[in-house]
Amino acid sequence: MSTVLLTVDAAAARRARARSTRSVGFTVLGVMFLGVMLFPVYWMINASLQPSGNTLTADFFPFDPSFAGYETAIADQGANLVTSLIISLGTVVLSLVIAAPAAYALAQFRYRWINVALLAILVAQMIPGIVIANALYAAYNDLGLLNSLPGLILADSTTAIPFAILILRAFMLGVPPSIIEAARVDGAGQVRAFVSIVLPIAKNSLITAGLFAFLFSWSDFLFALTLTTTEDIRPVTLGIYQYLGTQVSNWSAVMATAVLSSIPAIVLLVLAQKFIAAGATGGALK
Amino acid sequence: MTPATREPQQAANEETAPSIRAAAAMTRRGRSFTKDNVVKAMFIVPAAIYIILFFGYPVVKNLLMSVQEYTTKTFFTGEAPFVGIENYLTVVNSNLFWPSIVNTALFTIGSIAGQFVIGLALAVFFKRRFPLSGFLRAMLLLPWLLPLIVASATWRSILDKDSGILNQFLTGIGLDAVPWLTSPSVALTAVIIVNIWIGIPFNVTILYGGLQDIPDELYEAGSLDGATGWKAFWHITVPNLRPVVSVVLVLGVVYTLKVLDIILGLTNGGPANATQTLAIRSYQESFVNFEFGVGAAFSNILIVISLVFAVIYLRANRRAVDE
Repeated sequence: MSTVLLTVDAAAARRARARSTRSVGFTVLGVMFLGVMLFPVYWMINASLQPSGNTLTADFFPFDPSFAGYETAIADQGANLVTSLIISLGTVVLSLVIAAPAAYALAQFRYRWINVALLAILVAQMIPGIVIANALYAAYNDLGLLNSLPGLILADSTTAIPFAILILRAFMLGVPPSIIEAARVDGAGQVRAFVSIVLPIAKNSLITAGLFAFLFSWSDFLFALTLTTTEDIRPVTLGIYQYLGTQVSNWSAVMATAVLSSIPAIVLLVLAQKFIAAGATGGALK
Repeated sequence: MTPATREPQQAANEETAPSIRAAAAMTRRGRSFTKDNVVKAMFIVPAAIYIILFFGYPVVKNLLMSVQEYTTKTFFTGEAPFVGIENYLTVVNSNLFWPSIVNTALFTIGSIAGQFVIGLALAVFFKRRFPLSGFLRAMLLLPWLLPLIVASATWRSILDKDSGILNQFLTGIGLDAVPWLTSPSVALTAVIIVNIWIGIPFNVTILYGGLQDIPDELYEAGSLDGATGWKAFWHITVPNLRPVVSVVLVLGVVYTLKVLDIILGLTNGGPANATQTLAIRSYQESFVNFEFGVGAAFSNILIVISLVFAVIYLRANRRAVDE
């Protein structure tokens, strides 16, 4: 852009103008692509505000918004939303407590079997959830963990822990061992050095790993479906599934619940964009 | 990994290479069973125990269950008689076995092809710098972050045969309404379309990262030789992107093979079993029919297929890291 200011050449100015019109054109095109991609999300919000109950005939815009869907949703699914929140927060804590020290060890300690461990974690990530659910159902049945918060937190962590270990390790590879050694020379033990030196430096990657642990657990449907048999503990994803049933009787309530379940993803995407972007790419490569 | 996080790390790695070697030398000296070594082991032990219990045990347990008569009765009597390969015979001889294999293949290939082509197109588009490009690209991630069951519910309302907005649109422009989720001949296509929608953001993100890593000099040099537009894409972008592409495709396959939420939410495997896949079969045998042995046999077949692609992934990933 600075060339535009410096040049007096009319042709160059014209080219620059053409370029900026073109880049505005790209913005318009980009907004259109995004509009198509996010149309279903818009439609979900729109449908949740429609007064109609069991039909889908909706206007393109909720000119006369009705909150009846939300009233039903909160009455039916409010407790389930709280259940989901507790399970998700539990998953965040459990995943970080288990993954952070392991990631540190895999990044900074020199063990010969580290590559084997990393391979195991990568392969673990690829094991289909239904395999885990099959086996856990039997085990949980014996241990009394079916229909329990700890049971679901432990199961939901299967998506979060391998991911968190890989993300955190990728960051901790970059922590200079010299500063850890310096702390050790000053008399700090391994644990002290980890807690007071490494964890503060790794704050951003811990946030990324924690956010994804939350989203994974919040989105979990498979374990909610297979590891609960009663209505005592019912995450909201399962609540939506039950709403869907064979025939949907109240679309605005379904869509209102869907909107309420989307709030964490939407809020985090807007407020914590850089952490989400870091996690979106970090988990896949390396 | 994003370029933003990679740079400081690389810088730090280079700076501290000597002290890494020093640390390595230190651990080599102190191999004995000292207090320090025990403390260090404690960093890894909780994760190791978790991975053994929640990944190792399920894989072994599935293998065992698949050769046992493991049903609801087992939970009362504790007995699961050994039946050899009977469960696998039940699986292979069931009416739904070959349809579910074909559906799994179609679902996976269709989803991956759609996600990849659209994802690559969008990644190339967003590589240009224009006002708001970063913001728009970030917002594109939303479908991927939503709970899958939310996506299923939303799409069920959109695809509804009588009053869904898509059919309203189609009839509005003079086309016939399509029974998206209720006709056996189009249900799988509808499920694939929804899964493509969910997978596009992931593909855009990874491919965009790959595009960013191609040095601008290559394009500058290329343009001097007359390689611009499509020519530049074929001769510069495609070859340089290949390692990232193989990683995206293989990961996509592994993730798509195990998809359950979307299909359960949209069609439940119906109509008339038109959207049965191996993962759905495994779920329904275990948790609807309570034939855990048969369900385990199905999921072992799924594991074997996933493992084949896992090996391909690890090779592709190693090449991506090497290059």
